[in-house]
Amino acid sequence: MEHIKELLYKMADDLLVIGHRNSEWTGLGPILEEDIAFSSMAQDKIGHSQALFQILHQLGEPEPDTNAFMREAKQFHNAQFLELQNDDYDFSTIRHFLFDHADQLRFDNLANSSYEPLAKVARKIKGELKYHVFHADIWLNKLGNGNEESHARMQTALNNAWNYALGMFEKGDYEEQLIADTIFEGEQSLQNRWLAVITPIIEKANLKIPAEKDWEPVLGGRKGYHTENLDQLVNEMSEVFRIEPGVEW
Amino acid sequence: MITEKEIWSALEIVKDPEIPTLSMVDMGIITKVEVRGESNVYVEMTPTFTGCPAIKMMENMVADRLKEIGIETIQVTTTFDKPWNSNKLTERGLMCLKKHGLAPPPKHEGEITMELLEHSICPHCGSKNTDMKTPFGPTLCRSMHYCNDCLQAFEQFKPVV
Repeated sequence: MEHIKELLYKMADDLLVIGHRNSEWTGLGPILEEDIAFSSMAQDKIGHSQALFQILHQLGEPEPDTNAFMREAKQFHNAQFLELQNDDYDFSTIRHFLFDHADQLRFDNLANSSYEPLAKVARKIKGELKYHVFHADIWLNKLGNGNEESHARMQTALNNAWNYALGMFEKGDYEEQLIADTIFEGEQSLQNRWLAVITPIIEKANLKIPAEKDWEPVLGGRKGYHTENLDQLVNEMSEVFRIEPGVEW
Repeated sequence: MITEKEIWSALEIVKDPEIPTLSMVDMGIITKVEVRGESNVYVEMTPTFTGCPAIKMMENMVADRLKEIGIETIQVTTTFDKPWNSNKLTERGLMCLKKHGLAPPPKHEGEITMELLEHSICPHCGSKNTDMKTPFGPTLCRSMHYCNDCLQAFEQFKPVV
């Protein structure tokens, strides 16, 4: 089961971490609707992560809250991309776009996984993600085709995000087993499909994907190597839980 | 011994905590009722959205209702065995949403498109001349819209596959 646990941990951690980052927009969004959008997506992501932690729990791992709030940053398996600070709305939107398309395609694939507990949850989650992807596409297009400043800021954010985004597809130790057992299509196949989907949308938004010769995926997150941003995030996220673990608030 | 039919009708008065006109049965989130013996009932539920924060509370409300009608052994669990989608709302459920001022979700054919989300029917005046302002709203299951005819904002219960 180690291969399934590895897959579940990286996905659950990606979702928990981006969920927390999304929630940091609560009360601070550039307009009220965006404040609500990022807050709603935060709630969705954390709910999705909880569903995956629940499967892990059934496989003998700690119960979801303990797993989410009692680990140290180096025990997290999320891609570094997701732990980076929100920065401005431009970077948050680009990250939202790049991550959510990958997330949607990942759950689409897992809906047909041979591992039924995951397939069941994936069939539910993939429908909900439609709204995240719609939202991302609308804003990428609006800001990419907006005025000179919005266009320039989106292009800079895309350039800065790109190599981190490629790090989402870092392969794990059990990659071949997951593919052979038809549990998951594998990161390479997912990345190819992701590129095929996002490229025309980025072009329509009048933005450019960095030249392929400059692609250098930022790896390590899946193996527990993180930036200091994750320490900050984990400390803040777990602060209340750790006052008295297990207590009902 | 109590029958499953009697349990279903007893559960009809348990309402969604966020939409007090809508019962959980009409919402389609109670997916299984099983009488497992004398005064022993098992109920399965499924959330509208995976991250719905009200699901624990709703499990408790179902258990409380069963206690109220005298059931002694009660088990209520949440599963994704039969995942919810918005077509599972009953006809009465759709009416209840409207009564609460929410546009009911349009029926979908297994795919949610932008066209399906735009131009939803205003629950105040019935006009289709409306715009979606944002696919997110005050709860995970609602989006926000504006009616260009009666000039009122309204919310829609989102279609989900």
